[in-house]
Formats: sequence, C-alpha cells, structure tokens
Amino acid sequence: MAVLHSAPKFAPNDGVIDAISETISVWLIEAIEAHGEVIFRVERDAIARVLQILREDHAYQQLMEIAGVDYPDRAERFEVVYMLQSLTKNHRVMVKCSASEDTPVPTVTTLWPNAGWLEREVFDMYGVTFAGNADLRRILTDYGFEGHPFRKDFPMTGYTELRYSEEEKRVVYEPVELAQEMRTFDFLSPWEGTDYVLPGDEKALAKPEGEAKK
Amino acid sequence: MTMQREESLTTTGEVISNYTINFGPQHPAAHGVLRMVMELDGEVIERIDPHVGLLHRGTEKLIEHKTYLQALPYFDRLDYCSPLAMEHSYVLAIEKLLNLEVPIRAQYLRVLFAELTRICNHMLNMGAHILDVGAFTPNLWIMDLREDCLNFFERASGARMHSAYFRPGGVHQDVPEKLLVDIGDWLDNRFFQLFEDAMSLVMDNRIFKQRNVDIAVVSRDDAVAWGFSGPMIRAAGIPWDLRKSQPYDVYDRMEFDIPVGTNSDCYDRFMVRVKEVYESAKIIRQCLRDMPQGPIASTDGKVSPPKRGEMKQSMESLIHHFKLYTEGFHVPAGEVYVATESPKGEFGVYLVSDGTNKPYRCKIRPTAFSHLQAMDFMSKGHMLPDATAILGAIDVVFGECDR
Repeated sequence: MAVLHSAPKFAPNDGVIDAISETISVWLIEAIEAHGEVIFRVERDAIARVLQILREDHAYQQLMEIAGVDYPDRAERFEVVYMLQSLTKNHRVMVKCSASEDTPVPTVTTLWPNAGWLEREVFDMYGVTFAGNADLRRILTDYGFEGHPFRKDFPMTGYTELRYSEEEKRVVYEPVELAQEMRTFDFLSPWEGTDYVLPGDEKALAKPEGEAKK
Repeated sequence: MTMQREESLTTTGEVISNYTINFGPQHPAAHGVLRMVMELDGEVIERIDPHVGLLHRGTEKLIEHKTYLQALPYFDRLDYCSPLAMEHSYVLAIEKLLNLEVPIRAQYLRVLFAELTRICNHMLNMGAHILDVGAFTPNLWIMDLREDCLNFFERASGARMHSAYFRPGGVHQDVPEKLLVDIGDWLDNRFFQLFEDAMSLVMDNRIFKQRNVDIAVVSRDDAVAWGFSGPMIRAAGIPWDLRKSQPYDVYDRMEFDIPVGTNSDCYDRFMVRVKEVYESAKIIRQCLRDMPQGPIASTDGKVSPPKRGEMKQSMESLIHHFKLYTEGFHVPAGEVYVATESPKGEFGVYLVSDGTNKPYRCKIRPTAFSHLQAMDFMSKGHMLPDATAILGAIDVVFGECDR
C-alpha cells in the first residue's frame, strides 16, 4: 500500500523483522508489520532478555515508552507494550507481552533506568506487577488510592470524590454522587459496527414466540 | 517535617542529621504542581523523590470515551504552553492509521504553527528559567513576544491557547493572507529586536552563568539511557531532532540546523533553546515563502467536514457533515506509535484502534516523564537553589507530565 500520510518517516522496515526474529526466535510468538509499525509479541518471562538483545545486538538504545492496554475478554487481559528507538539506525520497534493481574512481568529497570517510572505507571493504571522493580509505588493517582483506573471495567466517574469540608476543616473523601446519571453517548451507526440489540428491537425477535402462545 | 536519616559528628561535637523537606506542591519554581521530597545535608541535595500526578485528570481514559475528533481538544490541555505541538502527534497518529493524504498547504500551515508554538513555548520556558535563577526583566520582555504568538493563534483559530486547530486530514480553517503577512512582519521588525535585547541581559551575565554553568551535567550515555529527548539530549551533544531524522509533514523540505550543546549543563540547555528559536524563525520564513495555495483539509468527505457553502447545495455534503459530527469517522483496526518533536522533546501518541469511531487506547508519552525521573541523579551533590535551575532547564509542564 502506498504511503499517503505525512506521519514521521523513520528508516524503512525492510528486513528488520527477519533480522530480529532470527535472534529472538526462541521467545517470539508473533512478528507483525502493519501501518508501518513493526511489532514483536514475545513470551512474558523473556521480555527482559529480548529487550536486552534488541538493545545490545540491534542498537535500539532508547526505551521511549511502556504502555499498558486492557483487553478484558482475553485470558491474560493486559498487554504491556515497549516502544524502542534506535538513534543510530533511526528506527522504531514495539515489543509486547501479555500479562494478567497475578503474573508479574520481569522488570527492565536493569536495562534502562527510566523504565522505573514507566513501569510504575503501568502498575498504577492497570495493576500489572513487575518482578524486580524495587520501587513499584503508585505514581499518578492520589495517595491512598484504591483500584486501577484505566482498566476497562473501572467506571470513568471513579468511586470516590473529595471536597474541602468547612466543618471538619480538611479535605474529606466521599463516595461519588452524581447529580444526574453518567451519560455515555453511543454514536455508532446501528447499520454498521454495533453488536447489540437496539432498544425496541427485542420485540421483533420475541414476536413469533408470542404468536405461538396464542 | 523532619526525619532522622543519618547522624554525623561535627568538629565541635554536636550531632547534625540530614533532613527532608517538601519542595512544592505549591512552589513558584516548581512550574506547576510538583512535589519533590528532598533529603538535604545542610544545603546540599542528597536525594530527590519527585511526586507527580497532582494534576492527573485521566485524559487517556476520557479519550477512550470520545470519538476521534472529540478527543482532539484534550491534547491542547496537556502541555498548555505548546498546545499545537500536542495536537500534531495526535492528528498524525490518526492519519497514519487511516493512511490519509494531507494537502500540501495544510502541511505547511501545520509546520508554520508548530514552529510558532515552539517559539511561544521557549519564550515561556526561558522566561521562567531566567526568573527562577533571579533575573526579572527578560521575562517581562519575552512574555510580550509570547503574547504576540498567542494573538496569531487567535487570529488563525479563534482561541488563544486551546486552539484545536490541527484536525485529522489538515487544519480547521484557512488563514487570512493578512495574518501570514503580519507573521512575516513580526519576525522582521519586532521579534528579534526584543528577543535579542532580552537575551543580551542574560547570556553573558555573570550571575546567570554562575547559576547555570556546570549544573546538572549529564553524560551522553546517561542522556541516551534515561530516554532524554529534545533540547535535553541535544544539550548533551547528540544532534537528534525528530524533525530532521524522522521528518513529518513538510519538515523534509525545510532547511534548518540542529543546535547542540557541548557541556550538557543547564546553561547549554538554555542556549540550545535560544538557538532553536532562530531555527524556528528560519522555518517559519521558509513556510511563508513557499506555502502554495490550495485546500487546507483532506478532500475525503468521510474524514474532514464539508464547507458550509457546499452543505447548502449538496445532500451528500449535508449527510457527511451530520455523520462526522455525530458518529465521527471509523479508523481501521491497528496500532501505531507516532512521535513528533514537541518543543520539550519527543511527544508520542500510542493509538490503538479497534475499528470503531472511538480510540480503544490512547497512550500519551509525555516528555517530562523521562526528564523528571532523572532529577534525582542530576541534582545529587548540588545545592538546594540549583534545583530550581535544573527544573527550569528541564522545561517541565504538569499538564503534560501528569496527563
């Protein structure tokens, strides 16, 4: 497919998958090239090893980002995605592994010192733990916060709200009380994309049954 | 708040101990709501533990509940000192997933305003940095220039700060010819006079140098390992600029240089920004010179809205308009990580689409995360007042850091 967009152009992906797959083949589950991005899915327990090989043998010197993603339908619901950048080859790759709440991912703080905060963020937002990260505190949420807010099953409104109480002369935490119900707008066209029954349509489905009763 | 850490004997026999203090969350030099727990030995910093997240608004979660177009204004509110640079990464990420062609004029307009944003951002950061280390006047002068930039944004988009001007497929509106002329005039007749005056007060100033030279020296290897980007990595002597190495929009047509530092200290970081302002001005001039006429948004009616006039005439356009502002557009399933050179460094957006009209996941890579994390090792052994200089040279904004 011809490249029409004007997004950042790094070095071409030609041959990158083959060259890297060869060296990490033992742990490699899948290598994808789509939308101009190279993504390697590897086994969780080997993630630190794989990233070390990428850094030392393939010159991906910088860890730019670690992102968590939540897919509640999967057996291991979380994905941890590492974005690597090579300054010398001017190239980027993504490496990802899956994890669940009780399967810790090996830390990469041993490879890149800046992984510390990035892992803390994934832990804070998704509850993925990182084995070997000595400082796995929450980072973005409030002191004493409970839960992991970016999970898909965490409500957008949260569970607690806080305000300054004039009587107690301090900030108090209370359960969220909404003045009106949280509105979730669903603009998906019912002719394409939706996989649920529209309100009212269930009657059409139930009709033959009702006729049978007569 | 005092805490006994370690006790040492002085010559006269008294016992002194390290103590910890809070720097922020309300501190004028914290550039927002940053709380740093500092462990001091006298006035020497032993350890810093930055506590971020006081401005965490859950932007990424909010974006998951909005259509692609509705999510755009959240990006203005990330780094509120350089809003257009934030939008840039996001619209490019969407375009990459859609593989959408953007008209050349729109690309030029984006580059023009991205560079104006860079100047705007550097004015604020340098002003604040100078103020943090004790000089007052230059800040007032260059803040005036920032005001001019904001006025240009207002004339282009209708909003001074939260412009929402870059859109998937192009920009929101074309700019009036007079605005482009005025930007050129401003660069020729006003900007540099004021800017150079302000800089002449600090660049060779003895006090300014004493506060910045040899403060927080970071080696090349450390800069790479800690994931530095932008002026922070360039000050370390690495000529790395995404506009040059991974060009987007029409940056590959622009001629500009990458200023690099030699000492990798706070002074170099400041000077890299000073030089970058000149390079940005160069790019703006080239944009003004070469910008062609033509459409300013993709002609694909499924992504960019039709013109008002067309809607009065064409049923097709009316339907497109209605669909775009209710359902929005669908983005093919997939994931991309798109990073652009924001004034502060690499600003990335990791966008996961499941094929519907809303992003499944939008992870934002703030520039400040890597830099602020290095605060501890950069400040070790420096004096307490140096912390403000180091923070100023990082150029941290919490809208973006905490998201």
